[in-house]
Amino acid sequence: MALNTGRIGHRYPDTDPYEVGREKIREFAAAIGDESPIYHDVEAARAAGHRDVPAPPTFAIVVSQRATRQASFDPEIGVDYSRVVHGEQRFEHHEPICAGDVLTSRVEVADIREAGANWLLTTRTEVVRVPDEVHVCTATSTIVVRGGS
Amino acid sequence: MPSVDELAVGDHLPLYAFTIERVDLVRYAGASGDLNDIHWSEHAAAAAGLPDVIAHGMLTMGRSLNGVVAWAGDPAAVVSYGVRFVRPVVVANEGSDTVTVDAEIAEVLDGDRVRVVLDVRCGGDAVLGKAEAVVQL
Repeated sequence: MALNTGRIGHRYPDTDPYEVGREKIREFAAAIGDESPIYHDVEAARAAGHRDVPAPPTFAIVVSQRATRQASFDPEIGVDYSRVVHGEQRFEHHEPICAGDVLTSRVEVADIREAGANWLLTTRTEVVRVPDEVHVCTATSTIVVRGGS
Repeated sequence: MPSVDELAVGDHLPLYAFTIERVDLVRYAGASGDLNDIHWSEHAAAAAGLPDVIAHGMLTMGRSLNGVVAWAGDPAAVVSYGVRFVRPVVVANEGSDTVTVDAEIAEVLDGDRVRVVLDVRCGGDAVLGKAEAVVQL
């Protein structure tokens, strides 16, 4: 089913603040199989120059997906989520994310286009540390809505 | 942390390899909040036309970078990282085939940065495409 390209450029409200916890970083690092002390040991993290334990580079998805879901489930766009697969993902890191940070995400519909039998929805999410409004990460995500039967 | 002066285009990072077990999918689902049932239910995977349960693309993406992060010595050294998901990692009840990550220096950039290209394969087939990271050294 066709998606509504008229929604390109639409911005959604900021997500509720997400507080990055030490144990969440440890849990996420363990889930991607990285047992490096920098994620688990605050002293090791501080010795490396961090404020607290830093997040793995792909941890930003935990925060950004809260924003991108607004587009994926936007009835004005019309994604059938049962037919969705993840197509592309990119992170540009501007500042490290560390335990103790409070983050919010702002998502914009960057592109909606047809590709053969499929539709592609690309969102760009700015992850911002609050209350100081430091821009920490830009996450660009493309989901594929598979066409056919 | 490696010095950019000692690196050249075409150098390879140490090969990194892993397998994914079903328990890893459950752990990643909980840690990430991605509860999509094609990653833990054989029934849901079959209904979606998949051969078996598949790994979260983000798990494959995240895990594939571990060797680069270990080489760089600090996760904050990763300035950017992007991939295309070209083929899922199928996780049978006895686990996945081995996933191999062959990372190569593709470009030395200004400001002590390098562009690293990752060739990520499972059972010999590419699972990530256009997988690239820029690392600050």
